Formats: sequence, structure tokens, C-alpha cells
Amino acid sequence: MSNEVHREEMEYDVVIVGAGPAGLSAAIKIKQLDSNINVCVLEKGSEVGSHILSGNVFETRALNELIPDWKDKNAPVKTKVEKEKFLFLSKNNSFSWPTWLLPAVQQNHNNYIISLGNLCKWLAEQAEALGVEIFPGFPASKILFSKDDKVIGVQTGDMGINKEGNKKESFEPGINILGKVTVFAEGCRGHLGKEIIKKYSLNKDKSPQQYGIGFKEVWEVEDSQHDKGLVLHTTGWPLDNSTYGGSFCYHAENNKIYIGYVVGLDYKNPYLSPYDEFQRFKTHPSIIKYIKNGKRISYGARALIEGGLQSLPTMHMPGALIIGCDAGTLNMPKIKGSHTAMKSGIIAAETICEYIQSNKPLSNFEIKFKNSWLYKELYQARNVKPSFNWGLIAAILFTGIDQIIFRGNMPFTLKHKHADHETLLPISKVKKIDYPKYDSKITFDKTSSVYLTGTNHEDDQPVHLQLKDKNLPINYTLSKFDEPAQRYCPAGVYEIDRSDSLNPKFVINAQNCIHCKTCDIKEPSQNINWVVPEGSGGPNYSGM
Amino acid sequence: MKIIVAVKRVIDYNVQVRVKADGTGVEKENVKMSMNPPDENAVEEALRIKEAGNANEVIIISIGDEKSQETIRTALAMGADKGILVKTDKEVEPLAVSKIISKVAEKEKPEIILLGKQAIDDDSNQTAQMVSAILNWPQATFASKIELKDNEAIVTREIDEGLETIKLSKPFVASCDLRLNEPRYASLPNIMKAKKKPIEIIEVGDLNIDIEPRIEQIKVEEPPVRQKGVMVSDVAELVNKLKNEAKVI
Repeated sequence: MSNEVHREEMEYDVVIVGAGPAGLSAAIKIKQLDSNINVCVLEKGSEVGSHILSGNVFETRALNELIPDWKDKNAPVKTKVEKEKFLFLSKNNSFSWPTWLLPAVQQNHNNYIISLGNLCKWLAEQAEALGVEIFPGFPASKILFSKDDKVIGVQTGDMGINKEGNKKESFEPGINILGKVTVFAEGCRGHLGKEIIKKYSLNKDKSPQQYGIGFKEVWEVEDSQHDKGLVLHTTGWPLDNSTYGGSFCYHAENNKIYIGYVVGLDYKNPYLSPYDEFQRFKTHPSIIKYIKNGKRISYGARALIEGGLQSLPTMHMPGALIIGCDAGTLNMPKIKGSHTAMKSGIIAAETICEYIQSNKPLSNFEIKFKNSWLYKELYQARNVKPSFNWGLIAAILFTGIDQIIFRGNMPFTLKHKHADHETLLPISKVKKIDYPKYDSKITFDKTSSVYLTGTNHEDDQPVHLQLKDKNLPINYTLSKFDEPAQRYCPAGVYEIDRSDSLNPKFVINAQNCIHCKTCDIKEPSQNINWVVPEGSGGPNYSGM
Repeated sequence: MKIIVAVKRVIDYNVQVRVKADGTGVEKENVKMSMNPPDENAVEEALRIKEAGNANEVIIISIGDEKSQETIRTALAMGADKGILVKTDKEVEPLAVSKIISKVAEKEKPEIILLGKQAIDDDSNQTAQMVSAILNWPQATFASKIELKDNEAIVTREIDEGLETIKLSKPFVASCDLRLNEPRYASLPNIMKAKKKPIEIIEVGDLNIDIEPRIEQIKVEEPPVRQKGVMVSDVAELVNKLKNEAKVI
């Protein structure tokens, strides 16, 4: 069908896919270096920030480089970290780890508690003031290649296609946006990023990428429960020793608490429900005291990238760069990816300007990257995540030696062994996990949580969660793994309908999808392919 | 022939609106704003009338602060010709809005004024009616179909009893129902073009009209949380509960 459609073309020097910290930093830096280069940024969310979800304790290093006078320009980076705690939790108790014994990378005293969504909105304003054109509500749905296989731009998604794939009255064809350079900055597991990494084998000789799923809720609490500037991390309960994960609890401005949980997607028990682990985590005595009688005002979830340097693909290719978490620049032991994403954007911008002005190759990105503090950071961080393969306690001991004594400079590099979709054990080999019922005060069901995300998709459109084999969920995944999609999806998209007990059905409620990409990562047979829905679809996070 | 369409910038319909902790209003900071949905239907209808050759200019008017320009730009990207922003930082009630629209209409001399049937933030559903009264023009509210013939319009209205069809003569005011049409998407090239279309900015003070509020807002509260339901085992238990617990029978 798409062949019959006439598509308009627009030409830019640089096309950036994704208005997150990486894409916006690249856009701003390009304009600062050369205001004649024209730049457009495509964003699938209905506005900048609406698909951004992050903790977030923010290190300002990259922002200082990009916009040194950010304080004068009223950046929403205001709440300084005042106090830090790190707790090991058992079911009813907690053991506080002295902060001075934490590796330097986990100390936050110069950092700020922020909403990354609000920071992105502010970055977008700075970018627009420099002449960058930002188009929210326009997802890049396809990569355009030249005959000699060079990236030449992207196509935006068609609007107004019905469930059956036919044009509606409101049909509006996507257009081709051409650029001398295309920058993929979609965030973790971008659907174009995934394609481009495969096409150019950018991950050749790298460890399989590692992911986690992160949850976040914003709570409004009483003065007496609030300790502005407090940063609290925990590990241990409710996860067992062999499952990688932990929590954060940040006391932000206006009596708000950002509370969240991350579970490594290399977990093994298909009965594990990351969502329910997060919900019951909140009932721990050392956590519930902060949010009891408070009001939950937001909820969201997003996959994050944890593979680090071993898994980081080559970030340049003919005609394009891939940056930020779309490639995987998050610093895992620091639990921070915003400053590294921004720095990768800055390096991309410098590379692109030289490419356009003096025809220097895009592969120079590699050299600039290796000479930057970003590379040094990721190099020193590289051994932490793989050590968690040995279990929590061994990993903590190792991390202590690696990070405190050797400062990340041990003479070897641990590898990641498996991709996350390969780690599930069949249900015959594991124990079922019983999760407590939701009390609707501290713990909530998925439906009421998704309600808070403001998620909306035009209902008459093709399902954007595509199954490669339609029968596989029932014929294979259900009997072998009790269809874990029911549990790893944080938005209740996937259900097994047993109303006909002899013929269970696999139901996909695509309208609930909050664009976290977990299914695309964790489905054991890689049977689910996440593609971009009609523009503006997805969550409408504010201040996340 | 000109058409004026009035559009309002409201909290987006997907946003879960929250009452401010101090009860003085709802949280608008960092909240997504967009065009009031029935206003989109009004813009779409005006564009269709123009495309059918029955009008030659579609003018968008909005009242509010600087940011209301974004809402006007959305309508311009859909295809409208020019915008007028009547600038004020104050809250304007439907009466004030109606006076402003009427004043602008006296100058622009449109033959049709289209509005959404009501705004999803205050749900007033008053402006079209009051504009009609101030200008002394006929009105057609809750329009789900508008047909133009020479100097007349046949309008189908969504009313409680079903559909009502009325005939009115130009100039007239109509408020648009969501069933009227399916608003188009603004395409990327049209968004670019819309950046260059003119928006005239008028300070509300220059219009010399009284926009002082007539209503004092005392407090904003969230509705009480609905109690959880209980499953009853039989009719007898249901009757018993209705009688003795709920005391409704």
C-alpha cells in the first residue's frame, strides 16, 4: 500500500530521532557550533517529556559543558542532594550501609534530584530558541537508505490507518525527512535502533545487551514524612539473592517523593512479576513510613539499558550515529544515564559539525568518544553488572574491591553471558511466587496504575505489538513459561483469556501500552516486535 | 465570506487532572495543554465549508495568555488562514469571552461563528448562546451536521430526544458537537507553513469592554472516592442490605 502513496519530502542537514537528553543535547550543541546547520528533532510522544521516565538523581557534568549558565536560565535542576542512605532490606528489617563505605560512583552529594521530563522540556525550549525544529507527535517509523546502503533519513508514521490496515477518511501519509546525518536517540531499545544495530552488525563481538525494567511513582506526602534532598537506595528484599535489582526513594521539592524499583530483566523465574515486586517493596517498614497516608499522583515504567561498555555497539555507521540509551551509554553502578546520554549527544554534535563543514568521517565519533570522560566512566564501571551473575552478596564484595580499591581499573573485563530473553527457566523447574493482594492505599492494581499514566492510543489502528508467530504464546510459551508477558508487562497489555477453559486465548490490549519495550526484550522466543503506533500515542507523563 | 472559529487552550483530555493541595484550583504547571476537543470539530467544519467553496477565509480566535498562540497555531496547521489572540492573563468567564468574540466579530464581519459546544475544563456550555444574544444572530447549538444553501443553513442538532433539524439564516452562530466530523491531522509540512501564518495580538484592555468576573470561586475539591462494592450471595441479602445498611428502601 505504501508504494501507492505520494509522500512529501523535507530536507534537513541533521535529522534527530527522539527528543530525550541525548537527542536534545546533540541538537543544541550543533546549533551552538554552527547556527547555519539546520536540525530537526522528531518525537513520538504527544509533547517533549511525555515519554520520559527516569529516577532521577542528576549529575550536572554534561549540562555544565552544554549550557554553563543553566542556573541563570532557570533550568529545572534545583533540589540538591542533602543526605544519602543505602539500606539492605530483609523482610522486616534493614541494615544501613555507611555512606563512607560506598564507592565514589555511588555518592551523590554534588547531584540534584530532578524530573528528567521537565529537564527535557526545558532543553527543548533552549533548542528551539537556537532554531532547532522539534516535532512532537511525529514518530520516525522507517529508516530510509540510499542505493549504496547509507542512511539518508527517516519516514514519519502514517496517520489514519484503521485496524485492518486500510486508510480512514482522516488518512495523512507520513513524509520522508532526509538528512545529511541521521541521529538515532530513541532511548533504550529503540525500534529503529534495534534494526540499525542488526543491519550494520554494530554489536559484532560485543556481549549481549543487558536490560532492566524500572518503575516509578510520584507521591505527595505530609511535611513530617518529607526530608527534602534525601536520596535513599535499597537492595535485598523483596528480591532473592539471585535476582538483580533495587530501589530508589528520592525526596524532591514540593513534598513529592519519587519512589521506584528496578529489576534486571535477566531474572530466571517466569512467575516473577517485576510490577508486584515493586508494589510489595513499598510495604517494607523502612519505606512505608514515608508514603503512608500520602497520595500517589503518577505511575510509569520503562526499560533501561545495563550492559555497559561490553555491550555498547559501534555508534557510527554510514550516514548516521546512534547515541544515548538507544546505544547503551548508561553507567550502571552510578545508576545514572542522563549525563552520559547528554555527553554522547555533545560528542555526536562535534562529529557531525566536522562532517558537514569539512567532510571529516563520522567514524571520528569513535576517537572523540574514547578520549572523553564518558568512555573513562563507562570503562571503570564495566565489571559491576556482570559480577551480579554470582549473586548479590558475592557481587557486593567484588564491587567493593573493584570500585573502592581498584577504582574500576582491574586488569580484566567480565563478560555478560546471556541475552535477557534466554534466561527464563521452564515452570517445571521453579516455584510459583504468591504476591500479596493490593490494598489500594500503598499497593495498587495495574489498571489503576495505568490510569495515572494518561496513556492513550487512537483505538482504530493496527496493533503495534506484532507477533511473529500468532500461535506461539498459547502453543508454547503458555505451557513452558506460563506466558510471562502477563507478568513482565507493567501495563497489563498481555492477558490470557480463559473464558473458554479448553481454548485459552492470548489477548493484546495494545491501547494500554506505555512504551516501555520490556516485551520486545524479554519474550523468550523474541516473538513480540514493538513497532511505533500512530503519532502522539502512548503515555502522557508529566514531571516524570 | 469569513468564518470565525473560537478555540480554547485547555488541559489535555488524557491528563488526569489533579486538584491543588491548597484547594485554589487545579494543577496546571507542567501539565499538557491542547485544543478543547469540540473546538477541533469547529475548526474542521470551517475548513470543510471553505474547501467546498462556501467561504474564503477562516479566522481563529483565542483568548488567554501568550501560550494560547500554540493552540491557534494548531488550527493554522490544520489549514486556517489567520489567527487573533486576545491577550489577557486573567481568568475570563463565558460572558467576558462572549463579549470579546462579539467585539472581534463586529470588526471582522464574519457570516458564521463556530465554537465547540462546551470546554472540557469548566463545562460551561454558554458562550455560543451568549454570543448569539449579544450580536442578535440566530443560533444552532450542538450541531452534528451543517449544510449551507445560499443564505441559509440547515443544521442538525443533537438534543435529548434525538435529532432536531432547524433552518437559520446567515449570519449565525453554531456550537459544534463531537459527532459533526472527524478532525484532520496536521501534517508536518502544514505545521511548517503555519509558523509563517499571521497571528494578530490584541490586548484585551484595548477592546474597552468589562471583563470583570461575576462569580467568585470559593474552593475546588476532588469528588469523594467511590466506595468499594460488595458481592451479595442472594436477593434476600441484597434486600436486607438496601434496607438496613444503605437505608434506601
